[in-house]
This record gives sequence, C-alpha cells and structure tokens, in this order.
Amino acid sequence: MDYLLTWGHSPWGQQILTHVSWNLLWASLFAGVAFLLAHASYMVLSAHRKRHPDETDAMEASRPHLSARISRHSLTARLFHWVMAVAMFVLLFTAFLPIAGVKFAWVTWHWMAGLVLAASITFHMIHATFWMDFWSIWVGPKDLPELRAEILREFGHDVPGPKPGKYPLGNRLYHLAIVVAALSVIASGLTMMVRVRTPLFTRNPYLLGDATWGVVYVTHGMAGVALVGLVIAHVYFAVRPEKWWITKGMIVGWITRRQYLEHHDPHRWVVAETARRAETRTP
Amino acid sequence: MAVIRDVMPAFELFQPASLADAVSLVDRYATDAWILAGGLDSFDWLKDRIKRPRYVVDLSGVAELKGVRESGDGVDIGAMTTLTEVVRHPVVRERYGILTEAAEAAASPQIRNQGTIGGNVSQDTRCWYYRSGWSCYRAGGNICYADTPDAINREHAILGADRCVAVNPSDTAPALITLGASMVIRSVAGERVIDAEDYFVGPGTDITRMNVLQRGEILAAIRLPGDWAGSRFYFEKVRDRQVWDFALVSVASAMTLSGNTIQNMRLAVNGVAARPLRLVAVEALARGRARDEDTAAMAGELAVQGAQALRLNAYKIPMMRNLVKRAIRGVEPWTIS
Repeated sequence: MDYLLTWGHSPWGQQILTHVSWNLLWASLFAGVAFLLAHASYMVLSAHRKRHPDETDAMEASRPHLSARISRHSLTARLFHWVMAVAMFVLLFTAFLPIAGVKFAWVTWHWMAGLVLAASITFHMIHATFWMDFWSIWVGPKDLPELRAEILREFGHDVPGPKPGKYPLGNRLYHLAIVVAALSVIASGLTMMVRVRTPLFTRNPYLLGDATWGVVYVTHGMAGVALVGLVIAHVYFAVRPEKWWITKGMIVGWITRRQYLEHHDPHRWVVAETARRAETRTP
Repeated sequence: MAVIRDVMPAFELFQPASLADAVSLVDRYATDAWILAGGLDSFDWLKDRIKRPRYVVDLSGVAELKGVRESGDGVDIGAMTTLTEVVRHPVVRERYGILTEAAEAAASPQIRNQGTIGGNVSQDTRCWYYRSGWSCYRAGGNICYADTPDAINREHAILGADRCVAVNPSDTAPALITLGASMVIRSVAGERVIDAEDYFVGPGTDITRMNVLQRGEILAAIRLPGDWAGSRFYFEKVRDRQVWDFALVSVASAMTLSGNTIQNMRLAVNGVAARPLRLVAVEALARGRARDEDTAAMAGELAVQGAQALRLNAYKIPMMRNLVKRAIRGVEPWTIS
C-alpha cells in the first residue's frame, strides 16, 4: 500500500493518510508516454479508414452555399482554453518539478495558478451553460453507435454509420476525464489553501480533522498525477498531423468547409448555409 | 513517537579513514546512509528512534576533514574541526573574530569539544513538534503543528515561513555568511563550492531539508576568504540562558568604515527563519551612510519588514529590530556611575 499512499500518524497516535505516493507520478508519466508511443505506432501500422476524397468532393459539391470557413470556437471560448492551458502547465510544473528534483519556491506560484484555473473553469461552466450548445461535449448512451462505427473504421472497415457532431468522440471522452480530474483537483486545492498563508483569508489548519485532511491531500495528489497523463495525451493529439486542423481551429477559431464535411456529421453539427457570407451556428 | 530513549536501533557502522572512502560509502548507501559528525544532533534522532538509518558513516576518523589551514589570503576549516579548535585557533581569533565569538556562543564547553563546525551548520532544526516524530510537513506530512492557533511556538520563525515555521539553530552560520564563506562539498562526482548563504534552504524551496546537501554528498570544508578579515565585527546571540541554549535571535555583521561612514558591510541574522538570512537590503541602505543612531534605526525598521508573528513569538520582531540596530551602531559598554 505504501506504493500508492503515504501514511503518518496524528498527535493521538492514530494512523492517518498524508499524501499519495509520488511513485504514482512516475506511473502516470510512464502511462502517458506509453500510450503516446503505442498510439503513434498504431497510427503508422493501422488501416484506419478515412473518408474518400471523392466522397468529400461530392459533399462539397452538394453544399455550394456553405461558407468556406466554418466558425468552430468563439474568441471567448478560445481565450478560456488558452488561459486554462497556461494555468494547467504552471500548476503541473510547480507541483511536480520539485518532486523531480528541481527545487524552487513553488507554493505561491502554485496556488495563484490554481486560482486562475478555478476562475477560468467557473467562467467556462457559465459560458457553456448559457451561450454554447451545452450537450454537444458530453457523452452518453446515444453515442454507442458512433463508438462502434469509430472502432470499426479504425480496423479498416467501410462504415457508413454516424460521424461526430461538433466534437469527435475521443474529444468528448477526454473532456469527461478532464472534468473529473480538474474539478477534483480544484475542490481539494481550494480546501488546501486554508492551510497555507495567503493574503486572501486567515489560515485555519483545524478546518477539518486529520483523517479528513488526509483524504483531501490524497484526492489532490491522485487528480494531480492523473492530469499529468491526461495532459501528455492532450498535447500529443494536439500536435499529431491528422489532428492539427482541430488545434488550428482552437487558435484561429475556424475550420475549412472541407474539414467540416470530411470529419463531421452535418446533421449533428448544423451549420447554416447562405449564398453571401459565412454564417454559422457556433454553439 | 519518542517513547524509547537511550537505546538506539541497530545500524551498520562505517568508520572510513579517508574522505575518498567516506564519499564512496555515502554514495553506495545514498538512500539509507546517515552521516555522523560530532553526533550531537544525530544521537538525539537515533536515541529517540525517530530516524532509523540502516547505515551510519562516522567521519570522525577522516583526518583530511579536520583542522584549520591557511590558504591564500584566507583559511580553510575542515568540516570535522571541533568548535573548540575553531575558537582557539590563533589565525581565526586574529582575523575572523566574529567566527570565534559565534562558535564560542554555541552550547557549552563540553559540547563545543565534541561538536564540529560542519555539524553546527548542517544540523537539523530544533522544532520539538518535528523532533518528536509527528507527521509534520518537514517530516513528510501535511501540517505544521507549530503554526496552529494553540501551538507552543515561542522559538519559531517570523520570516520566510512557507507552511513550516521552524528556524535554523546554527550559531556559526550567520557569522560565516557575514564573512563571505564558501562551503566545499564533496561527492563521488567531484567537488562543488557554494556561497555560505546559498548552502541553506528554506521550506519554500525544500521543506524537508535545511541545506543543499544531496544524498551522497559530504560537507568537506568551509573556506573563509580574506575579504572581510580584520574588519569591524559585531555578533550577538540572545538566548534564554547564557550557556547551553539555542539562539532566540542572533545577528552578525562585518563592516568597513571611512571615518564614521559605512563603506561596506555584510549582515546576517539567524533564529528568525528556517535559514539564516543575509539582509541585503539593510546592507544596501547602510552603505555610504554615517554609522549613527539614525542609520541604525532605519536599518532596524527595514530588517523586520514583512515579519509575521505567530501566537507566542511576537517579541522576536522588536528583538531582531534592536539587534540589527546594535549591529550597525555598536554598543557602548555599560558604566555604573
């Protein structure tokens, strides 16, 4: 059990949780890199099936009034994403570089970046709830046919089945994982801030009992090491050549008409067609 | 918890006769090795059974680590040189009187006969919550028991606290920083030399250690340059009793004067943070000013900026302010009229 969690004892001699074992950091790092290598190898060797160019040509021909540029992410959404990304990197580096042996005064940077992350995610939740297509990013039982179709395509089968809406299935599954990890790390991190000196409020190390504090620290550590693997996977997919158009969309805010038709189901991500100018419904 | 005293847990003892053998041993047993100098810090840990190393490397047989040697315009002091030897060495007394004073202020004559200067600068903090074996931050846990609303923290930090509020207990450290000393560190990879002020680390940088020694490294010597030799020194250690006690606050300064104007100075304090602090801003303020009450008062105020008292140690703020003042303007001997 010491390989997963570290234990101490309270002043009353009771055994209490203190942290996750930092072995888990290396495990998460290893898992992230192993996944990256396995997926990269698979992509070189596999027969995953893409839509035929003539198929996409035909779709483009049938939608002559579709704008050449399809708006994918609003400026607000993009700003949120990049602020969150910077905060996440600061958090990961300040948390784990000292454990890896790079020593510096990290605590203030860490909690400040944590507050930026918490604020940006709070903003995102409000923005996504009221100004975006809230359900487009979530996964549920309705996505099982798409999952089946994607798996078959990966094995080289010609499957006419459902294409994704605005967000590919992998994207939505990743979002679900990051929601769980990020909300866990933020909730536990905000609670832990009560124990460190900040100008924001008076310290209260007795807010929770020793055992409960242990659970909070372990939750923070578990979510933190999980984020290491998740961020590795995210960066990997962001720089993969066949995914670069998605990354570019997160930078410039739009994708091309051809990318839209090639990768998405126009019935699930509906974009209005006009003869004169690009007018898209951007959830 | 500290329940069994005076009976140490079993360990394998190595007594190397050369520094090369010593660094080889601490490298081989890096994760489980405990380096033993004078033993005055180590035996507390071992007898309380709070630290349970599998291997102890006793440096007392390494002749290369002992003695004071003149080197260029300075001196090299072997890390295993006892505090008494430092105090009695004629060159140290003549040129580095502040180190003599600081070393002589440590503990008691018996302890100075056994304690080494390397051990004095490398010893662990005396925070009793930590030394009682509780799972505090410094011990790898997730709380500082000394920084709670009902903690007994009269001796703890007013500056530089970052989760942990322990203080550095070394008497010689502020004097060495003031003298611009360098620490010579040896390992199987070779030798590295760092400034004394960079030898110590605070909890923000590394909460489980008080100095930069990595596993497999040994502090071999302390190198005193000639830059500050023979300058005007001031050392004062305030403690609860005049012998065998750690500093509540200590101050060390070295200055050069032109008439009554401070040309240059270095000043360090200890007992107020987890590492001895060199007060660079105070030095900059004093440089070029008259050595008088006004400069001393300004320096004292500047020194304690940012100080934050705990439940029971607010007295350290005026104490540090006054010690810095005294270090700058000096103290007139008391006369009874």
